Amino acid sequence: MAAPATAEPTTHPSGVPAPEGSVDVTVKIQRFNPEQDSEPHWESYDIPALPTDRVLNLLINIKSYIDGSLAFRRSCAHGICGSDAMQINGVNRLACKVLVKDLLAKKGKTTITVAPLKGLPLLKDLYVDMEPFFEAYRSIKPYLIAYGNEPTRERIQSPADRERFDDTTKCILCAACTTSCPVYWADGTYFGPAAIVNAHRFIFDSRDEAAEERLDILNDAEGVWRCRTTFNCTDACPRGIEVTKAIQEVKRALLFRRV
Amino acid sequence: MAESTTAIALDRPRSPRRPAARRSNFELYSWLFMRISGLALVVLVLGHLFIMNILDGGVHRINFAFVAGRWSSPFWQFWDLLMLWLAQLHGGNGLRTIIDDYARKGSTRFWLKMLLYVSMAVILVLGTLVIFTFDPNI
Repeated sequence: MAAPATAEPTTHPSGVPAPEGSVDVTVKIQRFNPEQDSEPHWESYDIPALPTDRVLNLLINIKSYIDGSLAFRRSCAHGICGSDAMQINGVNRLACKVLVKDLLAKKGKTTITVAPLKGLPLLKDLYVDMEPFFEAYRSIKPYLIAYGNEPTRERIQSPADRERFDDTTKCILCAACTTSCPVYWADGTYFGPAAIVNAHRFIFDSRDEAAEERLDILNDAEGVWRCRTTFNCTDACPRGIEVTKAIQEVKRALLFRRV
Repeated sequence: MAESTTAIALDRPRSPRRPAARRSNFELYSWLFMRISGLALVVLVLGHLFIMNILDGGVHRINFAFVAGRWSSPFWQFWDLLMLWLAQLHGGNGLRTIIDDYARKGSTRFWLKMLLYVSMAVILVLGTLVIFTFDPNI
């Protein structure tokens, strides 16, 4: 029989279906199985990928067709949940927001390097223990604190007052910023950019009354003063939050004791 | 009371221990000091380098008499004293943060800082002593 009019995906030697227009890429992944390995090691997978694929698609393909034991987090796969932050080609990105076409080599074969987030305890493959990250997040009291009688209607806020902290409301707690921070790599007790961003979100909220409390927490030895303004966090944020700017604003609020 | 009040309190299982807040403004002031002393040092050090290396034949005219002449004026004594103290404290504080950033073990951190503080103290005391007790007729 002649070839069908619509091209069926041919199967690549790797076992991954290769749709029309796909190119061969090497995905180099840092693997670690705590039950077998004493050290993480690199493994490469030659697979077909569409330029419009996201790195997450490649990981799912490797898991589905080559090695089902590959461990990574992902939930919504659309850049909202913040589950699949990882180091892609050396920078922290959400695997679901990086397109293969942006990683293709100018000439020769493309290698895409994927590693887990740095600075958090490695559990398996691309899986890290997020608890230290969330502990820092909780310690800055990321919730509305208001004293006095509860109002009978909603708490009114002007658009200008809302604008003040708009940027930092976008955080999805993916940990890309915190784990890109060299200070956090060296010293896990530093609150890290994400915790400061979320403190900023309440410190500059006109409805919140605990700015002092949070500023005191961030004034400590492990607080904002450890920031070296390397801008890694701003570069890593998948939501485009100006993280370093937010940290500087907290510093300024501390310096002049004025929010 | 009908309802049960026995809520199971799982307070942060497995969370790392965070030392209690020290409630001190030390880090704030040291951060501020770095900015202010940095600005002052730009003027002091560049001025010093200009006088020593460029002005009037530069480094070749520097000898004992030149130094003695400069330190006979309280202005240059004060200039050098300020430069000494600011540079030592600025550099020392910078090294302190670098040690905090890079030393992994608590004991390494402690001993490196001790070495730093002792060397800072020695240079500060010695330098101050020389500026104030300099005898041009030695």
